[in-house]
Amino acid sequence: MDTDDSRADGRRQFLKCMAWAGAGTLWLMKSGVLQAQPPGSSSAAKDATFSFVQISDSHIGFHKAPNPDVVGTLRRSLAMINVQSTRPAFLLHTGDLTHLSKPEEFDTLSGVMQEARVGRSFYVPGEHDVIGDNGAEFFRRFGEKQSAGGWYSFDQDGVHFVGLINVLNLKAGGLGSLGADQLAWLKKDLAGLSAETPVVVFAHMPLWPLYPQWGWGTDDSAEALGYLKRFGSVTVLNGHIHQIQQKVEGSITFYTARSTAYPQPAPGDGPGPGPLQSVKPDALHRYLGIRDVRHVRVGGALAVTDEVMA
Amino acid sequence: MKRWMVMACAVAFGGAVVSCMAADVASSKNKPYEVAIQNFAFSPKTITVRAGTRVVWANRDEEPHTVTSAGNQFTSSKALDSGDIYATTFSKPGTYTYYCSIHPMMVGTIIVQ
Repeated sequence: MDTDDSRADGRRQFLKCMAWAGAGTLWLMKSGVLQAQPPGSSSAAKDATFSFVQISDSHIGFHKAPNPDVVGTLRRSLAMINVQSTRPAFLLHTGDLTHLSKPEEFDTLSGVMQEARVGRSFYVPGEHDVIGDNGAEFFRRFGEKQSAGGWYSFDQDGVHFVGLINVLNLKAGGLGSLGADQLAWLKKDLAGLSAETPVVVFAHMPLWPLYPQWGWGTDDSAEALGYLKRFGSVTVLNGHIHQIQQKVEGSITFYTARSTAYPQPAPGDGPGPGPLQSVKPDALHRYLGIRDVRHVRVGGALAVTDEVMA
Repeated sequence: MKRWMVMACAVAFGGAVVSCMAADVASSKNKPYEVAIQNFAFSPKTITVRAGTRVVWANRDEEPHTVTSAGNQFTSSKALDSGDIYATTFSKPGTYTYYCSIHPMMVGTIIVQ
């Protein structure tokens, strides 16, 4: 890998390659700057110390246009993971497992997820998973139980992973919320880490004001990002908006993921963020997919690849 | 119904301002008032009803929503899937703010007189 790119060059490269996003581009992240390479030409895969995969927004229970078979598309997403040459260390599901938080929807999700050949799976809830019970059913089945609030962290080969919850205790008129207790925990959780530690933060709703008019943001994310600023490499993985959006801010790179169920409109396109019903059945797969992330030995970079459903 | 009109008249004699307010209130005590949930908004966003009015919300979006009382002032709905309805009766005067717990930017107000 090129190691003498100046930051400005890296930024130009990032802008140049934005057009490739969603076409299977391999993203390499180094010191907070994204670099893109065409798929298949990278040495990242063989250099990888480990890899993990992100899926999001499976919305089990949804049954209308443009996807009457969300169980089927979740299965196809997991099949994409299972054909990979190296088994991912783990899977992150960034929320909205279900559509309506119903026990039978959680049952279905649990059953299908058994098909994923991954080391293990980590979950954070979406707002669709906590309807009516503040997430009791979700946490009982999928919670990590590290803290009373359900947030957690773990380490994998020197990379620190933090799972945050921003879909509870939402206020009328507000966006996603982390809350004072979680922010205090995050500050403490990160305090002992050196600035060289790569950090990956994942949560359902975007942790930056992506499109607040549609609720695509988190009210108190700025405080959380304040604690992350000192780290040389921070990757933030979110779901919620059923499409890929990316942003670089200093050493922090933000990504939202595709859904395994149905796409939503681009920010501000139409009256609201409902399912994109106009998508024809034979085109649906182009809007759905998974995300692979490989941790590369050289320079501690993370290579991020989005794969659309074939 | 008759009794209410008598009261409204009495108030009208007492003060023009109060009588104007009474005129804006939903006219019939027995008729439920419908609020549509459409395009990620409650419509109308603010309604004024008489005490005892039943308010019915109908979800006309392709996305689930909830009717959640801010501050737990009235019984909140469960998840309302597309086409579902929720109804509750407001018996005490007051201002009731509610929102969708799934999309909290959706806010509505019910003023009960």
